[in-house]
Amino acid sequence: MKRLNFLLLLAALIVVSGCGKRETRVEVANREQILLYGNKAEPQDLDPHVVQGVGEHQIISTLLEGLVAEDPKTLDPVPGLAERWEISPDGKVYTFHIRANAKWSNGDPVTAEDFVKSYRRILTPSLGSLYSYMLHPMKNAKAFNEGKLTDAAQLGVRAIDARTLEITLECPTAYLLNSMASHYTWWAVHMPTVEKHGDPYRPGNKWTRPETYVGNGPFILTEWVPNSVIRVRRNTNYWDSANVRLNGVDFLPIESIDSEERSFRAGQLHRTEELPNAKIDAYRKDNPDLLRIDDYLGNYFYRINVTHPALKDKRVRHALSQALDRQAIVETVTRGGQKPAFAFTPPNTAGYTSRAQLKFDIEGAKKLLADAGYPEGKGLPPIEIHYNTSENHRAIAEAIQQMWKKNLGVDATLRNEEWKVYLDTQTATNYMVSRAGWIGDYPDANAFLETFLSYSGNNRTGWANPEFDRLLQEAGCVSDVKQRTELLQQAEALLLDEMPLLPIYFYTRVYLLNPAVKNWHANYQDHHPFKYVYLEAPAK
Amino acid sequence: MTQTPSMTDATIAANTAEPGASLWHDAWLRLRKNKLAVFGGGALIVITLFCLVGPWFSPYTYEQQDFAQYAKAPSAKHWFGTDKLGRDQMTRLMHGGRISLGVGICATLVSLTIGVLYGAMAGFFGGKTDAAMMRIVDILYALPFTVFVILLMVVFGQKIVLLFVAIGAVEWLTMARIVRGQVQSLRKQEFIEAALALGLSQRRIILRHMIPNVLGPVAVYTTLTIPAVMLLEAFLSFLGLGVQPPMSSWGTMIKDGAELMEEFPWLLMIPAAFFSLTLFSLNFLGDGLRDALDVRTSKD
Amino acid sequence: MFRFIAARLLQTIPVLFVVATMTFFMVRVMPGGPFDSERSVPPEIKRELDAYYGLDKPVFQQYLAYLGKLVRGDLGYSIKFANRSVNETIATTFPVSLQLGGMALGLALLLGITAGVMAALRPNSALDYAASGLSMMGICLPTFVLGPLLVFAFALKLQWVNASGWFDSTDIILPAITLGIVYAAYIARLTRGGMLEILSQDFIRTARAKGASEVRIIFRHALRGGLLPVISFLGPAAAGILTGSFVIEMIFQIPGLGRHFVTSVFNRDATMITGVAVFYAALIVFFNLLVDILQVWLNPKLKY
Repeated sequence: MKRLNFLLLLAALIVVSGCGKRETRVEVANREQILLYGNKAEPQDLDPHVVQGVGEHQIISTLLEGLVAEDPKTLDPVPGLAERWEISPDGKVYTFHIRANAKWSNGDPVTAEDFVKSYRRILTPSLGSLYSYMLHPMKNAKAFNEGKLTDAAQLGVRAIDARTLEITLECPTAYLLNSMASHYTWWAVHMPTVEKHGDPYRPGNKWTRPETYVGNGPFILTEWVPNSVIRVRRNTNYWDSANVRLNGVDFLPIESIDSEERSFRAGQLHRTEELPNAKIDAYRKDNPDLLRIDDYLGNYFYRINVTHPALKDKRVRHALSQALDRQAIVETVTRGGQKPAFAFTPPNTAGYTSRAQLKFDIEGAKKLLADAGYPEGKGLPPIEIHYNTSENHRAIAEAIQQMWKKNLGVDATLRNEEWKVYLDTQTATNYMVSRAGWIGDYPDANAFLETFLSYSGNNRTGWANPEFDRLLQEAGCVSDVKQRTELLQQAEALLLDEMPLLPIYFYTRVYLLNPAVKNWHANYQDHHPFKYVYLEAPAK
Repeated sequence: MTQTPSMTDATIAANTAEPGASLWHDAWLRLRKNKLAVFGGGALIVITLFCLVGPWFSPYTYEQQDFAQYAKAPSAKHWFGTDKLGRDQMTRLMHGGRISLGVGICATLVSLTIGVLYGAMAGFFGGKTDAAMMRIVDILYALPFTVFVILLMVVFGQKIVLLFVAIGAVEWLTMARIVRGQVQSLRKQEFIEAALALGLSQRRIILRHMIPNVLGPVAVYTTLTIPAVMLLEAFLSFLGLGVQPPMSSWGTMIKDGAELMEEFPWLLMIPAAFFSLTLFSLNFLGDGLRDALDVRTSKD
Repeated sequence: MFRFIAARLLQTIPVLFVVATMTFFMVRVMPGGPFDSERSVPPEIKRELDAYYGLDKPVFQQYLAYLGKLVRGDLGYSIKFANRSVNETIATTFPVSLQLGGMALGLALLLGITAGVMAALRPNSALDYAASGLSMMGICLPTFVLGPLLVFAFALKLQWVNASGWFDSTDIILPAITLGIVYAAYIARLTRGGMLEILSQDFIRTARAKGASEVRIIFRHALRGGLLPVISFLGPAAAGILTGSFVIEMIFQIPGLGRHFVTSVFNRDATMITGVAVFYAALIVFFNLLVDILQVWLNPKLKY
């Protein structure tokens, strides 16, 4: 009798353990059409007028939509909340017609007045919006935003009627529609809700909680546990809800990229934000269908302090650039499919590719250095490479240090600082050469070039060139596309000739994506509008 | 030992003891007999020598990169393999050992000196002095360490010495608490009451009677402090505040290895093995010291 | 005894005050501000933000304003996450850390004391070496190695639990083990040391001579004194373990309090840094009080 009991118990245990694996989260989510999205960092907030991060964009784009939306493949502007628009012949007045069926999640219709109020809000200085300068192409926006103008009625935006919005610009701005489509600063918030939960013109407004969030996008905010998960679910009041196939998205702010990769492998995520460098090769070899390497609209470069006595001579700067084997860096150091950068603006940015290109020419570099008075690097003080503490930046800096030594005889030292200290140092131009990166806010060469305007806070190199400023200012006001492109080309050529920066490579986004995710297209901005994405589990 | 003009009975008794029977000499004899402790001590010496002298014999430097040697497993050319930048791991291990052992020992010495004295005084005096001293320890313990380290790094630059200072400044707190606890219980024991009754100075009691009797737990805790220090240093490097590359320490090598343990396991296993061996040796030695110094566990 | 407790509680006030003050000024001295980022902040906007947070006032005035709020228990609003108050953040994250830390501590005490006692009973025997050896492993394997190893084994290979997150009831297991093992090792070593001290004393010899069983000796006589070093160590360690570990929370993506100790510093979120420091100080004082009471209870010779 005892023996039988024992055997039964054993059998039961075997059955239970061999019962088949538990279903992974991804498998459950595929069935329920919920996308599990690794989003790297906890968002600062979900108010589009207050934040400035990329992670925030992904979440906010589920909750809000702009007048203009992005085509998921090409990123071209397509109708969003506005079903059509007209542009005046001089390119300064845009008239948007809002859909009749566009509604907020609480049922209120989306009106032109919503946009008027929203633009006034983001431009109000006391709100402290760090990204409000995106709206500066609008008439009087810059003056209002800087506190020089206090009458909001003078802003170049008005509601002609409940569903017609007119925006007047300072100058014909070629990239306006791109900017409106890809950037949340141009999206409207539900002002009555904002007004109910705090001062709409000051930081700290509490309207973004799940219980109170009102949006007009394909999803609504249902749960927000800081550092754990943010859940959004179908918004039945969204005008295009019938065509939205996903039932929701779960954003998981996993900061450690190693942890994120493990979670992906454990079937907890459809998509990771990044992939640890060391694992790229392994995935390429063993699981290429999971690996995504998409070109990204960004440049990894070194700022050069042109006011430093050793770097004043432009020939020295060119020598340093020409002695850099960028191909070697992307192949052996970063290894993430990046492309070497011989210009500042990434190639094919909305059709624009820089004519001017730098080159890799060791002999030429040596000659330039000698001409500048430092034959074989003699007499040149060691170049200090400054960067913020990170394994990757260090590896690149060390590689460059070795290249300069081997190819030019120039010594270099490394100095790294913690992030905020590093920013301080860079802003105070207290460096010789400092690592930097720039991601384009919208697909246009201007997004990159304008950072080197002499009066731009993003310049930080001490380089000031009135001709460059003039070229960009002119390009900002010209409506003819060909003319504008020519001006931008000239500006970039000038920039690359004067060389206050050392472009190194163009970014790529390297991440993991579950094959069940469909309608996910690679593009320069890494924007994947969730209303088009859907999940289709592979057939067993 | 200076002769005090007024000889108390206790002093006379101490001076007429058998030759060579002082606490330390006895302890040394007992320690020598403990095989494990001897092994531990020996291993430590070997490791220290390896780290100190090894780099002179290595054909590589710790910072030499060679991309052709990207993450190679241990081979004849590189006995311990290479890392992602093609650097020889054995040389880096030796240099790293210098730093880790250095940080470990220095910080521990700092923590020992300050901690033991402070804790002994607090435990001995008791009352308001003890309360005030322990509240100061509480305050220092609660101050955000990361802020403190960042400030140090910023104000004085990123020097290794600062690491010793910062870590030592934190570790003595727990040592002080442990010593205080021990001293408090010792305080009430008869032999201390006797010493007080005899009129011995408080300084003498603390130094000659209290501290030797707390050496047991102190020795044990010291052997725990050294690895804690090494790991704290690794944690700081994890945050970007500790040892700066291209310099390495065992802590950073273990941290880096942990991230790559699936692809390149030797990058974790070898530094971890050295780290563990050092710790085991320290512990055997520490236990041996504890046993040797504890008069009562002697078998005679 | 009550007078003692009351006196200690009163002492808490100057401790918290000093911690708040020192942290406040240390943070103000750090370079870098909360709004610094790769994209430069337009000067007018920075002015507005500084004005809103009172950062443009003289430091001493800011300090007094901060103290004023502190006295009422208001730790202010986070600068980075502007619509979350520090009180709210602590109130939602501390319970998580408490759960995790509590389980880890329980595990550590169970494993550690058992191992330490067993080792002390038969010093220098195989049992001693085994127990000591295992506890040494706990110290040698830092959390950032042990955590990923456990995840690799149990979440990826065996697929018994999740690799990260704080959703299912099983999510607490791996992080608690990772956190607990390290402390178990410390406790084991300290217990062994303390027990050895006690077991060699005369009163134990007497008990043995009287024929008391081993178990009785341990529990009724030895443990009280033998655990003294462990208790002293545990005071502040408990505060640490219960406020969470930054590394564990990063590896397992746990929404606890531990991460805020570090991330707030890197964000230069002054209110969060000071708020969390003050809370931590209060916990430490509390646990030290608990430890001191325990010490008296364990060693009746210490009377207050």
